[in-house]
Amino acid sequence: MKFTKALLAGLVSGLALTSVHAQNEEPINLGIVTFLSGPAASPFGVPARNAAELLIQEFNAGTAPAPYNQKGFGGSPIKMTIIDEAGSSTSVVTEFRNLVQRDKVDLIVGYISSGNCLAIAPVAEELKAVTFLFDCGTPRIFEEGAKNYVFRAVNHATADSVGAARYLKAQKPDVKNFGGINQNYAWGQDSWKDFSGAMEVLYPESKVTTSQMPKLFAGQYSGEISALMASRSEVVHTSFWGGDLEAFILQSAPRGLYKNSDVVLVAGETAMYRLANRIPDGTVIGARGPYGVLAPESALNTWFREKFTDRYNVPPNYTAYQMAHSIMAAKLGYEKAMAANGGKKPDSDQIAAAVRGLEYEGPGGIHKFALSNGHQAVSETAYGRSKLVNGEMTLVDVMRFPAEQVMPPDGVKSSDWIAGGMKSK
Amino acid sequence: MIDQIMMVLIDGINYSAWLFLAAVGLTLIYGVMKIVNVAHGSFYALGAYMAASVVGAWVTLDYPPYLYYLALFVAALISGFTVGPLVERVLLRYQYEKDEVVILLITYALFLVMEDVIKLIWGVNPYFIVEPYAYLGNFSVGDMTYPNYYILMFGLAITVGLALTFVLKKTHFGRMLVSVIHDREISAAMGIDVGKIFVVTFGVGCALAGIAGAFTAPTISVSPGLGVEVIVLSFAVVVTGGLGSLPGVALAAIIMGLVRAFCIHYIPHLELFVIFGVMALVLAFRPRGLFSLAEARKI
Repeated sequence: MKFTKALLAGLVSGLALTSVHAQNEEPINLGIVTFLSGPAASPFGVPARNAAELLIQEFNAGTAPAPYNQKGFGGSPIKMTIIDEAGSSTSVVTEFRNLVQRDKVDLIVGYISSGNCLAIAPVAEELKAVTFLFDCGTPRIFEEGAKNYVFRAVNHATADSVGAARYLKAQKPDVKNFGGINQNYAWGQDSWKDFSGAMEVLYPESKVTTSQMPKLFAGQYSGEISALMASRSEVVHTSFWGGDLEAFILQSAPRGLYKNSDVVLVAGETAMYRLANRIPDGTVIGARGPYGVLAPESALNTWFREKFTDRYNVPPNYTAYQMAHSIMAAKLGYEKAMAANGGKKPDSDQIAAAVRGLEYEGPGGIHKFALSNGHQAVSETAYGRSKLVNGEMTLVDVMRFPAEQVMPPDGVKSSDWIAGGMKSK
Repeated sequence: MIDQIMMVLIDGINYSAWLFLAAVGLTLIYGVMKIVNVAHGSFYALGAYMAASVVGAWVTLDYPPYLYYLALFVAALISGFTVGPLVERVLLRYQYEKDEVVILLITYALFLVMEDVIKLIWGVNPYFIVEPYAYLGNFSVGDMTYPNYYILMFGLAITVGLALTFVLKKTHFGRMLVSVIHDREISAAMGIDVGKIFVVTFGVGCALAGIAGAFTAPTISVSPGLGVEVIVLSFAVVVTGGLGSLPGVALAAIIMGLVRAFCIHYIPHLELFVIFGVMALVLAFRPRGLFSLAEARKI
């Protein structure tokens, strides 16, 4: 009798183990969407893809440090399906539908363009596809309606603009006027609106000298640089990125714009390695958060930087960090949901519930899904000034600003928060 | 006040020179071959990438810096005169009997293919060849500093314009070209080798795009997607000037450059719209552009 019981118990536990083993062998299909072609590929899309490939390889091998040391996602290997974000919003939405309905991805991490994020969010909700928007900055994603399946694991653009204004205030208590040059589309306009709003709060006596809004990818800025120089602005703000940022630096630095103005490059970190000896010392450089050289020291950050640099021969820029943060948040959320589901594969609702309010540490420090019902993460942000040392760009005078100083409190729209004096709750 | 006017003039002329250089090859090819070459932007990008490679090697080999500009020019000619005639002989010459729309679609396809080929050869990371831009130094007008490279671009635009005018008006080849522009069938009947004219014209048009790209390269980040904006702007200039008209392109470039500079300094929020605003305004009154060529009606 005892033998029969033992045999039965063995069979049952064996079957159970086989079942769990079979389940863990079933791969998790992770959709990655980033620019692989076009002007955004080189500064953003490719570093982000590289970060995704690196992390997925490390996760699958089980070689990432704790708390990311469980193999794959909850023991299941990760299969990556990567698609190019380039194209019209319509085609991007079509590709998103294909990922979910045809390729049956379990989770999606992607999207750099704010326009694409705004187009994707309602479709992700409709399809109940858990989606982490990894780089786009627009605050409108969650401010224009609650979301159930869409998340953003990093700050939105308000933190970049408010952080820049706070940095200036800490360094230059008295600024009488400021100007800006930003690309004429959602990102550039929102950045300038938030920055000028924050400057008006912090420097109530200051005046806007000029706001230049050239076309995206214009490439030629001689006229705009003349206008900025003629305006004699004490501060010049730009949220330029990619080739536009690099062309602006190349054309403006020899003309002496930086001698008379404190130039703030909100997304300057992506250019600081390639144009190290072209960016004048003292330029204010941001990395859209505590990323890249502005990332806080930690074992996780050291691990990520070393692995990335060894593999790609360049250090990770801020988009690589943002991708890493988003995949790490997805992994922790998935594993939390799996544990809550008795070790079985969780569904979209269970994953979303697990991610809401999650606090996690990435190479850029601790982030928490604290806003918009736990769908929008917040973190500190940081800025510094460029200084060339032995031919290499370094950042000095680095200042960090906690999340409550650069992001609005939960339930308050960014524009209202800035207009109301940027008070912390 | 004078400083302000000078600023608008200098910025306007600088931008006009760039617009002219970017667009003149497009109008030449249309004038002779009646092809709207959408791949024009890709030849501009090809010139920029070729310049990045040649000048990059020049700097690495520590060759004399005053010869940078010759290197840029040679890079542009290599890109235009190798790929241009190749495309014409292999791809376009079989399509001349087809509708203009078909050829336009073919050049659009070529544009897409060339974008990817450029990525295949040079990768997605940007190239910087700022040395020719920095080497010339600056000049000052009042409190304002400008790079001497502006003068170089202006001189280059004038030289290209005068050289093309000279060839068209004063040389045997130019007269044959003008004949083909007006009527390719009669020209062929008169013994002109229209095929040869086509291949040379396409090569020159592509080389001009390459010159624009090569000489712009030191001021920008040479990276994928470079040609997209150029084809849009070039098309606006060429249509405003009158398709196929050399003086038309020059005048349209000057008007657009000056109006844009005025907007940047006084009404910056109109900058996005102003070039296409000028185009719309001109086309409203002169639907075939400022200097449209008279066209004989065939019966």
